[in-house]
Amino acid sequence: MSAPNAAGWRPEMSAAEGAAPPTSSGDRGLMLEEKLIFELAAPGGCGVDLDQPQGEVSPALGRFRRAEPAALPGLSEPEVVRHYTRLSRQNYAIDLGPFPLGSCTMKHNPRLNERVARLPGFADVHPLQPVQTVQGALAVINELAHWLITLTGMHGVAMSPKAGAHGELCGVLCIKAALEARGEHRPVMLVPESAHGTNPATAAFAGFAIESIPAGPDGRIDLAALKGRLGPDVAGVMITNPNTCGLFERDLKTIADAVHAAGGYVYCDGANFNAIVGKVRPGDLGVDAMHINLHKTFSTPHGGGGPGSGPVVLSEALSPFGPLPFTARQADGSIRLIEEADAAAAGHPHGFGRMAAFHGQMGMFTRALTYILSHGADGLRQVAEDAVLNANYVLRSLDDVLEAPYGHAGPCMHEALFTDHGMAEGFTTLDVAKGLIDEGFHPMTVYFPLVVHGAMLVEPTECESKDGLDRFIGSLRAVAERAKAGDPSLKAAPHHAPRRRLDETAAARKPVLVWRDPA
Amino acid sequence: MTRYFTKDHEWIEVDGGNATVGITDYAQSQLGDITYVDLPAAGASFGAGDTAAVVDSVKAASDIYCPVGGTVTETNGALEGEPELVNTQAESGGWLFRMTLADAGQLGALMDQAAYEAYVKEL
Repeated sequence: MSAPNAAGWRPEMSAAEGAAPPTSSGDRGLMLEEKLIFELAAPGGCGVDLDQPQGEVSPALGRFRRAEPAALPGLSEPEVVRHYTRLSRQNYAIDLGPFPLGSCTMKHNPRLNERVARLPGFADVHPLQPVQTVQGALAVINELAHWLITLTGMHGVAMSPKAGAHGELCGVLCIKAALEARGEHRPVMLVPESAHGTNPATAAFAGFAIESIPAGPDGRIDLAALKGRLGPDVAGVMITNPNTCGLFERDLKTIADAVHAAGGYVYCDGANFNAIVGKVRPGDLGVDAMHINLHKTFSTPHGGGGPGSGPVVLSEALSPFGPLPFTARQADGSIRLIEEADAAAAGHPHGFGRMAAFHGQMGMFTRALTYILSHGADGLRQVAEDAVLNANYVLRSLDDVLEAPYGHAGPCMHEALFTDHGMAEGFTTLDVAKGLIDEGFHPMTVYFPLVVHGAMLVEPTECESKDGLDRFIGSLRAVAERAKAGDPSLKAAPHHAPRRRLDETAAARKPVLVWRDPA
Repeated sequence: MTRYFTKDHEWIEVDGGNATVGITDYAQSQLGDITYVDLPAAGASFGAGDTAAVVDSVKAASDIYCPVGGTVTETNGALEGEPELVNTQAESGGWLFRMTLADAGQLGALMDQAAYEAYVKEL
């Protein structure tokens, strides 16, 4: 068998030698240097042909009428289309290759989800339409709510939060409302080191003082330290499970019992629910509130790909304080939306308010329910099993070249954690990440979690095949070996990306956020 | 003047009832390039171990704990335009804030230079 034509040159052509000559345009091949849209604009350019108003015109805006023209770039339609299409080609996306970001599940968005979400009955409805005209959409919300409650073993769910951290805030506000209803002042929220960074931010935003609980040597919560801190001033604890070291918090039930005995509540960050869906019901572990990132566990678009959605499941203790509105099926089979006017009559007088103007992210609800129904309960269980299997395959395939700090603590869950220990003097996690870009992979999460030195956190998800994982492992191994050997060329990576290594420090210290006309 | 150190890598230099606080050279080397320093307001009072400042680096945002209780009298205004001073002069020109001590007895719980150096070697 002949060697693969890795260079892509026709065999009869000799390979180019030395540095490529510069081009007059600055573009390289079909990799285009794209200017800002403001720099592309020509004076007086316009994409539409608008009639000039004739005769006397009386503007309806009154004093809000713009005094001078907005500085919008004038471009034709094809120029605008090309600009954004070129930019999209420079983006790395989940549809191009794996996104091994740990701590931020990025997985395939099934096309069936997209097809269902585009059905006019779901896509073209308005939240202020009379409920009898949107019964199908409300049924989707109600059905998804039922699935989320069932999968988590909880009592109720708030569907309206718009993303994970928004869901966290909703859950913490439920805890706050429950404490107020009890007439208790508990100003402290405990957050372990192994929790997501948004957890302390959320609790602080809700007005709590944060106290950190250390991690033990196995990367899990220090149970004794947590129990020792419980008391009448503690509102609760926010635990990420599986935690951000990719480990299952085995003591969660013991922790929850202790927190409840001390009068507090347990918030669980469910961002990593994809590792345990169909296997573990957080309600059985004593969790009082947990958000579920539909854009992680249930495959809806993530990051720049679409809006998030973070429904919060609630225990029996917290459900009475959940926000409005919510759906309720009536005796005649129709679905009603319970709003402020009918909350008391519907048996929900203590809701703390609203998290959003309307019911939530309809487009994400349809996608998530499609994913759930197309997998079924058995399929969802296999999602968790395959996600964990893939992460452990990555962990054990690389733990001879990269230090796996908790490898001795047993299998990981959905993500594999490595450190920079053992790299040559002066070589860092950042160099490995940049080297992976040359290899054609989006880097993993770096320098998080903070509890280990030079963290590299890899989440392959269940979507990657064994062949795909082997390619990624091969590349990461090659780059890690260069870092161990002290290969100086790695310090200058990426060599093959459109941009070389950028000055991230200058970008953070002196950011340029606004384009100004140089003229 | 005597300099003390904490296990969280802050230093505090004491001159009578007044003190200057910063982070150690070891701390800045671990944080990487520092991009922003969030300093307390003059007049703010802290207990020992309270979060008094936040240092942002390209890697992480880190809380800076007040080594002992006291009241802030002055902050290092130069850090606003030049946060990199914490990298280049962590234990001198990159100081964070000055304070009056509430209880000089709390200094006894801190490490001296030799003890801190031995502590860092163990890490």
